[in-house]
Amino acid sequence: MRSRKSWVMALALTSVLALSACGNNGGNNTANGGNAEASNAPTQTNSGAELSGSILASGSTALQPLVEQVAEKFMEQHAGLDIQVQGGGSGTGLTQVAEKQVDIGNSDVFAEEKLKDADAEKAKALVDHQVAVVAIAAVTHPAVGVDGLTKQQLVDIFTGKITNWKDVGGADQKIQIINRPASSGTRATFEKFALGTKTEDLQGSIQEDSSGTVKKIIGETPGAIGYLALSYLDQTVQTLKYDSVDPSVDNVISGKYPVWAYEHMYTNGEPNETVKAFLDYFLTDEVQNGDVTELGYIPASKMQVSRDVAGTVTNK
Amino acid sequence: MLNNKIAQNHKSRIEKHHIEDFIGRSYMSFCVLLLIVAIISMVYFVMSKGISTFVVDKVSVSDFFFGTKWSPEGSNPSFGALPFIAGSFVTTLLAALIASPLSICAALFMTEIVPGWGKKLLQPVIELLSGIPSVVYGFVGLSVIVPFLRNVFPGQGIGVAAGSIVLSVMILPTITSVTVDALSALPQNLKESSFALGATRWQTIARVIIPTTLPAILTGVVLGMARAFGEALAVQMVIGNAPFIPKSLFESASTLTSVITLGMGNTTMGSPQNNSLWSMALVLMLMTFLFVFIVRLLEKRRAI
Amino acid sequence: MKARTVDKIATGIIVTLALLIVAVLAGLLGYILFRGMSHISWDFLTSAPQKIRAGGGVGPQLFNSLFLLVLTLLITVPLGLGAGIYMAEYARPGRITGFIRLIVEVLSSFPSIVVGLFGLLLIVNIFGLGFSLVSGALALTVFNLPLMVRITEQAFRSVPAQQKEAGFALGLSKWKIVTTVLFPVALPAIITGTILSAGRVFGEAAALMFTAGMSSPRLNFSNWNPLSPSSPLNPFRPAETLAVHIWKINSEGLAPDAVQIAAGASAVLVITVLIFNLAARYVGRLIYRKLTASRRMN
Repeated sequence: MRSRKSWVMALALTSVLALSACGNNGGNNTANGGNAEASNAPTQTNSGAELSGSILASGSTALQPLVEQVAEKFMEQHAGLDIQVQGGGSGTGLTQVAEKQVDIGNSDVFAEEKLKDADAEKAKALVDHQVAVVAIAAVTHPAVGVDGLTKQQLVDIFTGKITNWKDVGGADQKIQIINRPASSGTRATFEKFALGTKTEDLQGSIQEDSSGTVKKIIGETPGAIGYLALSYLDQTVQTLKYDSVDPSVDNVISGKYPVWAYEHMYTNGEPNETVKAFLDYFLTDEVQNGDVTELGYIPASKMQVSRDVAGTVTNK
Repeated sequence: MLNNKIAQNHKSRIEKHHIEDFIGRSYMSFCVLLLIVAIISMVYFVMSKGISTFVVDKVSVSDFFFGTKWSPEGSNPSFGALPFIAGSFVTTLLAALIASPLSICAALFMTEIVPGWGKKLLQPVIELLSGIPSVVYGFVGLSVIVPFLRNVFPGQGIGVAAGSIVLSVMILPTITSVTVDALSALPQNLKESSFALGATRWQTIARVIIPTTLPAILTGVVLGMARAFGEALAVQMVIGNAPFIPKSLFESASTLTSVITLGMGNTTMGSPQNNSLWSMALVLMLMTFLFVFIVRLLEKRRAI
Repeated sequence: MKARTVDKIATGIIVTLALLIVAVLAGLLGYILFRGMSHISWDFLTSAPQKIRAGGGVGPQLFNSLFLLVLTLLITVPLGLGAGIYMAEYARPGRITGFIRLIVEVLSSFPSIVVGLFGLLLIVNIFGLGFSLVSGALALTVFNLPLMVRITEQAFRSVPAQQKEAGFALGLSKWKIVTTVLFPVALPAIITGTILSAGRVFGEAAALMFTAGMSSPRLNFSNWNPLSPSSPLNPFRPAETLAVHIWKINSEGLAPDAVQIAAGASAVLVITVLIFNLAARYVGRLIYRKLTASRRMN
């Protein structure tokens, strides 16, 4: 079995090396002596006194625009530096940073929540850098006639106990749930902090992973309810108060509105100088009050409360 | 001396030819070898990842294939993939049901009824249709078909019906072009003798043309179904993605491809959630083998 | 008499359904083009996308799509030619040839998402090429290569047998016959087929999401050094293609004009495929004419 495996690997390896040799006309850094493992991107990072080299980040698509924008600014300040930001999803980011394929893994959730059981060891090696906060609000189609729900009402809706808007004081209209797939970080946050319980999927519910699609469907579908990050809210959907608390930035910062989560940038072990400089730059006021706010996130540095992986909230 | 020179010349020329021939042959063998390597490594990697759900995570095979409960993140995770397998089959069959009669009519129109301008009109349109990227189909499906279904039928518009309609438009060109090829390859005298017997055009089509070309037409349908079964983005955008076996055509459902698209980026490699998605990729791959096998069978029947 | 009525009705149904298809297709194309055309401008085609402001373009994505296409063809055309010529001229009918043909068939019908996952596992993660143009091109190779093999094989097989026999009669070696006699005759069909297959590469998204990535680093279009990370020509940078971009802004777009951009980008994509189709016909005919008219004995 083992020898067969290595045989296949060798064949595949040769083919890909040959292919990439055909493919890049300039002649590049892949085919170094046949040891493809060694050509992992992060090895290009050479930390010196001045900031140079390259940083590779991948993961959460929700965090990607922010990291991209900050990276562009940082590169303008340090001409010798190259930062590449890739998407792929939180799971991909955590996988790749744990395998040291990238320098930074972006994630919407704590690494411990994704890397469980057999992979729990991997999560321990990762160092968390919380750069922003995303708050999530329940939203409905504008015509359901409800502008706020209690926690219990939300739980009843998402577990299928309440199926008509008139039962929560709205119009006589069937409730259509627009949920996220079970693996979604946004769903994990919403269930943990808004519902306080994991919910089973309901027959007939619609599931979309991306906030844009969720917003579009909620705006178009009569009786729809779902949840969106604050940055996606606009007049096409009705934003709901949660236990009479408005999902505003101020309420999140003061800790009154509980449905929020950190955006994490994980490094494998303590970051090297270059990566550290980049991550430090993220926490400067310039970025926190500038780009973070501009793109609809909430500055992590402003938060008056903090929360650990178990969800325990403490005042700062 | 002259003879000698000619001989020498002759010898070297042969050698040059031989070398050229040898290099050419080696290069070609290398290319063919690459194809073999590509398929072996694909099968190997997808297999080894796909079976780890059963080997590493100890999910029982029957739970996976016949379980209807999909809740990989729950406190008591269950990995029933039947809803997705069922969703894939239902949408694919429906799409084939919608697209096949339309495609066959289009092919008959192009070859039997108005062979001249019919072909000139339809051929480019069909070719173009096969070139439209699947994301564009999804985009149009979401902005045209879904609102239409929502207004006309019960439900939210998003669901099995929307997915099947989008897929049927996508596989139309495949079925049509295979059918057209089969119909044009039909010997002319077969039709002529039918007409000579006093048969009308419809009688000729129904009793002569369709029966003789049936294996070829079915090949087209199976190829179309293979495409529909593996299509990911367009379906995912309009089907709703609820992990349940749908009770009605207008209810949200999932396919194998849509659940892979949604879950792959959000799960970490090696976790049970991720492995179960690979198992579904393995199912997709096995289905591809099955489709190719059926096409082969049909082709064999055609040859006889 | 009855048979005639049935015939009339049946013909009527067939014609109606055929015209229905034409109408649906025309409507589809019209919808894509008319919704998107109003948004297409030179600026839209060349400027970079905006994250939250309106007025972003698809310049880098368009470039990425074209560049990825070139990379893919650089890999697949030589390999496809080699394997295709082998299948047409060298392979003896038998088990092995049958097996190779089966492989070609299976490879070309693999769902693109499975190819994408395979690329993610092997090329992106195990080989460590990361989300990059090379990874994307290699993934696309998996289904473009069998297509090229088939195109080449068919093109060579359709060359009249007399031409080959004439070559043998002249005492040419097999390789000489293939390269100097058969290849020029087969070339128009190969080129037409290649351009048509390029359309599929151009519109592919599912396989690229997992291999070429969904991000586009800032590109410096005055830097043409393929080794520099910000150079558009660097094949080791992540690249979002036009088709992936449509998918992304449809789902995650924060810009207020995301819908129009998606419509515009869809139209650009369809127009490009249209151009490919027309070019395939035109170029094929042109080369055919040139080769057949100007062929002389040397």
